Amino acid sequence: MIGRRALLGWMQAAPLTLVLLCFLVAPIAMIVVVSFWGATEFSIYPAFQLDNYAFLFGSPVTYKVFLATFKYALITWALTLAIGFTVAYFLAFHVRSQTMQIALFLLCTIPFWTSNIIRMISWIPFLGRNGIANTALQNWGVTDAPLDWLLYSDFAVILAFVHLYTLFMVVPIFNTMMRIDPALLEAARDNGASGAQTLRHVILPLTKPGIMIGTIFVVTLVMGDFITVRFMSGSQKANVGRLISNDIALLQYPSAAATAVVLLATVLLIIAVLLRFVNIRKEL
Amino acid sequence: MATGNDLELVHLTKRYGNTVAVADINHRFPTGAYVCLLGPSGCGKSTTLRMIAGHEEVSDGSILLGGQDISHLPPARRGTAMMFQSYALFPHLSVRDNVAFSLRMKGVDKAARHARADSMLELVDMGALADRLPAQLSGGQQQRVALARALVTDPKVLLLDEPLSALDPFLRIRMRAELKKLQRELGIPFIHVTHGQDEALALADEVVVMNNAVIEQAGPAREVWARPRTEFVARFMGGHNVIATASGKLSFRADEVRLIEPGLTDTGLPATVTAVEYQGASVAMTAALDSGEELLALLPEEAFFAAPKNPGEAVRLSWDEGRANRLQA
Repeated sequence: MIGRRALLGWMQAAPLTLVLLCFLVAPIAMIVVVSFWGATEFSIYPAFQLDNYAFLFGSPVTYKVFLATFKYALITWALTLAIGFTVAYFLAFHVRSQTMQIALFLLCTIPFWTSNIIRMISWIPFLGRNGIANTALQNWGVTDAPLDWLLYSDFAVILAFVHLYTLFMVVPIFNTMMRIDPALLEAARDNGASGAQTLRHVILPLTKPGIMIGTIFVVTLVMGDFITVRFMSGSQKANVGRLISNDIALLQYPSAAATAVVLLATVLLIIAVLLRFVNIRKEL
Repeated sequence: MATGNDLELVHLTKRYGNTVAVADINHRFPTGAYVCLLGPSGCGKSTTLRMIAGHEEVSDGSILLGGQDISHLPPARRGTAMMFQSYALFPHLSVRDNVAFSLRMKGVDKAARHARADSMLELVDMGALADRLPAQLSGGQQQRVALARALVTDPKVLLLDEPLSALDPFLRIRMRAELKKLQRELGIPFIHVTHGQDEALALADEVVVMNNAVIEQAGPAREVWARPRTEFVARFMGGHNVIATASGKLSFRADEVRLIEPGLTDTGLPATVTAVEYQGASVAMTAALDSGEELLALLPEEAFFAAPKNPGEAVRLSWDEGRANRLQA
């Protein structure tokens, strides 16, 4: 007999294991399996062949699209980090009363009361050729003609990404900042550090885990996105997510699965590299 | 005579809205002395220290150090250094980098600042642990690092905000001996905020007792303890009894209260024992007078147990009227 305690332990772990097996491991395993299948124009058939991957890695489009995806991720990351850090810094260190802190923090989350798509689409009338932005710029005399690059461009895509995902940077950074003992900032001042030096030598290093968690959020969200790119670029730009969604639309599941596997591997690789830099375990 | 690092508070006041945390205090700290700011929590002692350090704005009055008004200078330019209650060591920096932090802010190059930090760490016996992170140190070790970090700036005055409160009682007694030794070696004034009167008596050349935003009494530790000026000081320092007489309040030492032999009914005051506490060398006996006032008697242990008393028993107590101390308030 293994003992009742061991059995009890297994039973306690079983429900969560089951959930993870059904909803995480099994779907991913399925995607990996299907990525080796074959497809014709009208059917897919089980097989074990490397055709999908061969095609994927052999096509210059793949590299272009991956590059575009990295570009979106990198620019969005830089902007959300800059904005998110500033907002979190303001909330954590400039707002004195806790009530005000909570109120302002909730204010940040209000946009999340509506769906992603709605928030995204509401940019379209604003940025369009005859939209509010262009009309205002012309009325102020800043420009003579409507700006074309405001909508259906990389600018629009990145704007929407930043709008959608900045909060994912604010929350973890704010959280780590709130854990910084205020006495440390006084100690820094006592030791002659200027505001900028305190930021650089005390706050920034202590906020790193929060920055890293926010980075993982934003990077994974942007890397996996397809709908924002489609709407905001007017289907003129591509990223990996759109590659997959197009394949699915054409019922090319094996090819979509192969792209998904490569994307998944890429994102995991990025996260693995990030985790080499910062130990986030103490935050969790 | 104002020498290089004489510290003086002139009409120093701190207001938060309508509440006054420090009310118009004037004090000159003796040169090169170990001074304890003593008082119950909320008495304004910490605020006073933080104003001297520059972490709290002065509402009124000024702080003079070496004859120069430092009330509005930034903390690092005052010539003061502060050791924080929780030590406030930077958790992401090694012990050496913590100590070298202020030098790094000044732009001292790495080799020079590390050499200086190492020599400070030697001073506090922490040289061997210079590469550790603060989280890997015990409370006492962290305190030494905090001390080294404060001293590396060559302060004219060292300010300590309840430095021993985070330590366990044994370590506290050891660390306070080290603080005192260090102060004697360095010869700069230490201003140490505490709410423990035993700590203040053990350490201080001068004790400054604060209550309700003002200084109640300041002076050498023996004087403050033996001749309290007010009832508050007498009660706060402990070991004293305060009684009201026709000519005002008197205090007298609890260890000078004597138990009268039973049978002698014409001397001393009748009282009823309310509590007996064994304290090792002495026994603390509390007794209520007929007037309702409670007296504390610290009796030698052997004498007490020769004829022990229990709560509820009637006793007669006496003390030397001539040695009683008249209180001003």
